[in-house]
Amino acid sequence: MTYEAVIGLEVHVQLKTRSKMFTRAEAGYGHPENTLTDPVVLALPGTLPVMNKEALDKIIKAGLLLGCEIAAVCKWDRKNYFYPDSPKNYQISQYDQPLCKGGSVEIELPGAARNVMGEHKRIALTRIHLEEDVGKLNHGEGVSLVDFNRAGTPLMEIVSEPVIRSADEAFAYLTALKTLMIYGGISDCDMEKGQLRCDANISIRPVGQAALGTKVELKNLNSISFVRDGIAHEIRRQTAVLESGGTIGQETRDYDGQTGTSQSLRSKEMAHDYRYFPDPDLMPVEVDQAWKDAIRATCPELPFDRQRRLQAEYGIPYTITSVLVPDRELGDFFEEAARLSGKPQAAGNWITNDLLRELGAAKVALSASKVRPSHVAGLVKLVEAGTILSNAAKEVFIDMFHSGDTPEAVVARKGLKAETNAEDLERWCAEAIAANPKSVADYKGGKESALNAFKGPVMRAAKGKADPKRVDETLRRLLAS
Amino acid sequence: MAQELFNKSISELSQLLARGEVSSLELMQSVVARTKAVEDRVRAFNSFDEPDALSQARASDERRAKARAAGTAVHALEGIPIGIKDVISVAGQPLTAASRMLANFVSPYDATVTRKLKAAGAICWGRLNLDEFAMGSSTENSAFGVTSNPWDVERVPGGSSGGSAASVAAGEAIASLGSDTGGSIRQPAALCNIVGLKPSYGRVSRYGLIAFASSLDQIGPFARSVEDAATVLGAISGHDPKDSTSLKMEVPDYNKGIADLAKSGRKWKLGIPKEYFGEGLDPEVGAAVQAAIDEYRKQGCEIREVSLPHTKYAIAAYYIIATAECSSNLARFDGVRYGHRSKDAKDALDLYFKTRAEGFGPEVKRRIILGTYVLSSGYYDAYYLRAQKVRTLIRRDFLEAYKQVDAIVTPTSPTPAFKKGEKAANPLAMYLNDIYTIGVNLAGLPGISIPCGFTGGGLPVGLQVIGQPFKETELLAVARTYEERNDWRMRFPKL
Repeated sequence: MTYEAVIGLEVHVQLKTRSKMFTRAEAGYGHPENTLTDPVVLALPGTLPVMNKEALDKIIKAGLLLGCEIAAVCKWDRKNYFYPDSPKNYQISQYDQPLCKGGSVEIELPGAARNVMGEHKRIALTRIHLEEDVGKLNHGEGVSLVDFNRAGTPLMEIVSEPVIRSADEAFAYLTALKTLMIYGGISDCDMEKGQLRCDANISIRPVGQAALGTKVELKNLNSISFVRDGIAHEIRRQTAVLESGGTIGQETRDYDGQTGTSQSLRSKEMAHDYRYFPDPDLMPVEVDQAWKDAIRATCPELPFDRQRRLQAEYGIPYTITSVLVPDRELGDFFEEAARLSGKPQAAGNWITNDLLRELGAAKVALSASKVRPSHVAGLVKLVEAGTILSNAAKEVFIDMFHSGDTPEAVVARKGLKAETNAEDLERWCAEAIAANPKSVADYKGGKESALNAFKGPVMRAAKGKADPKRVDETLRRLLAS
Repeated sequence: MAQELFNKSISELSQLLARGEVSSLELMQSVVARTKAVEDRVRAFNSFDEPDALSQARASDERRAKARAAGTAVHALEGIPIGIKDVISVAGQPLTAASRMLANFVSPYDATVTRKLKAAGAICWGRLNLDEFAMGSSTENSAFGVTSNPWDVERVPGGSSGGSAASVAAGEAIASLGSDTGGSIRQPAALCNIVGLKPSYGRVSRYGLIAFASSLDQIGPFARSVEDAATVLGAISGHDPKDSTSLKMEVPDYNKGIADLAKSGRKWKLGIPKEYFGEGLDPEVGAAVQAAIDEYRKQGCEIREVSLPHTKYAIAAYYIIATAECSSNLARFDGVRYGHRSKDAKDALDLYFKTRAEGFGPEVKRRIILGTYVLSSGYYDAYYLRAQKVRTLIRRDFLEAYKQVDAIVTPTSPTPAFKKGEKAANPLAMYLNDIYTIGVNLAGLPGISIPCGFTGGGLPVGLQVIGQPFKETELLAVARTYEERNDWRMRFPKL
């Protein structure tokens, strides 16, 4: 029997805010344990939460970017459960009235080859709500320690509809979501820092069957690749169970990305009763049109929209846009270089090949690059005008990358201007021909490749600054006469 | 005895202090000496820090001297010792909630009301006893000892702010702060012959008040006169960016407002809710309250019967909402970060079970269990949601009545102070003690209890005046109209 997978993802995204969700304590990562706390974070007796407007701004922005319906009122609920990483033993969250409903994420599936654009789809969202993150437990020998630095960090939960059909779609979904969050300045989505976390609900059913199979929740998927691998593994596991005549039990499983295996954490019977109720410490907040409009004005163009525009507006191919677009800053860099140079294709080539290569080798971020769009544009213009030759241009680029000098300055400093003296070229070619009668005979006898024998001496005489095309033409003309 | 400094009102003392006839240090010394003299019988305090209080008093005298030299005014509370219920945080002082759970807890920060009192120059004096986590009506639920009613030490002072009421009645503080969730300021004030004011919900910041039921809790003053209560209210009121439920609203000068209303000669229309004078009301209490109503009539006030038809559901709704909120609010007391921590726990779950079993008293446990139950999946709609609907109806009852009247006058408590142990074994009988006060919290209204006489046995009776939302000035003016026609408040218990 052929099975199809039904997958829904719950993605937690930490918002990039200066302070925590309900207090002014700093939000951050990598600080000494329990230093990002205050009486509210530690839930000292008598403390009260007060909402962070920046966090609300960011979830509204996420909702607008994803085409969600934004609720008119932001309401808070308490999710009650005991766990040592939770200072109040309840989490302030949104239960029956999430701030964002509906919406979708545009994804791109893998193409036939790396340089071929894949199919685009939309993954529908159920809801997005805001809550507070919990602390972190560190288990040692006979003792567990808790660090509350993370506790209270604004956390957005993005829930997809169960419309994802494969591990590849899940991978594409997370990739697109991450790109969008970074584009919007909503989160840095660094999975190693826990800024993006994902749980997957997976079931399978025979193709053509409408009823859903029993779902299994997969947790601890702590990289986008692990999400893909974990889902693929779970689909294989469920298929094997069903094919051997077994049944799937509703449970939560823990996926180990290192070993590619999963094990059961708990079954359905142990599910919590969270006793949700409206948080009486927080007043509902009205989200009016003016607020939404103000945030909409700060929304960037969506990445895939930008990719389509770059291809249409600049006539540059997928191979270049697929590199430029996922990084908003790189896309901005390109658009400025393209505008300044008037040659988008050439600018795109320099950026996606040379610039990214040098940045990678030097481990330098684009924002710290000494090469700016004006450098790239200047270089493109010099090559276009024939002022420098392409091999010299490569040298200019590397020099600019390290020195930060303008291309004109590098060309002047290094004397890389192309040789254009026709008399010298004529003379060097004639000398090369005169010095090699054997090759003259070979060439005239029909051996085309003999021509190369003259080129080396000419280029040596020109110290590399002769245009190979003109050398070729001159040699052919002289030999023909 | 009434001549003693410790029995004087804030208004008298602030004048004595202003004229330099008394120093804050002398006043504080008088209060400390009185406390030491009577505390073995009253037991109003869980703790007090005499050296700290005396040094605060000296600092106040210095501030006053500087202000005098500079020709600037000081606040009426400058140098006045104000007792603080042991559920309101004062930086560096114990904060126990009268619970074993927090027996050794010292709070590192000031509640907003504490910060405001300090800014006004008041001396935060001692930690006043209460029913554990403010749950109770007799102060018998304290883990550290039962507070006595200064009028009869065999009897309870009421609760939960029993220590706050007893300390002011006994001359151990000039005024005090309490918290009122279902009557916890007004009922003990009535039982101790002092003034107790519960402000409108949102008038005073709750930041730094250990939450019992967040949507009902409100901090308010105990004092020896309406004027004193107004002075303290003015000092602690106002919007607080640290409490989203505190309202962004100007704080009026209450005493000026009261004086202006008195000058205007306004005749109040007062409502008497028939549902508050039925079965369960002690005849002597009823008679004293009736006499007070007659006095209002004599003053030219118009007395009208009003109806608050949903009153009979108030206790049920209250004990669902309050316990639901407390079950969640008290979840943080788990032994992980602070407070009591069981020594024999084997793992995290065991730590919760043992810590909470050892740390909480029976009434707190009863309410946590009840609250957990009413919020459980499958019961939420039948209990919590329904109770919230009842709450809306109760508020509507009051607002409907206020279309006809300016304020509502009722008994504060159905009975005078009862004997220690009398109701301790019967929680339901204890809950019924709050029958006249609970509706005010559910509706978010301001309410005040003022002395209105004594029973034949010499026990105080309180009159409750219920005001309109955020109209504390009018409420205080109505209370003052009665207060100025009698001298109940000038009687002091013999200790």
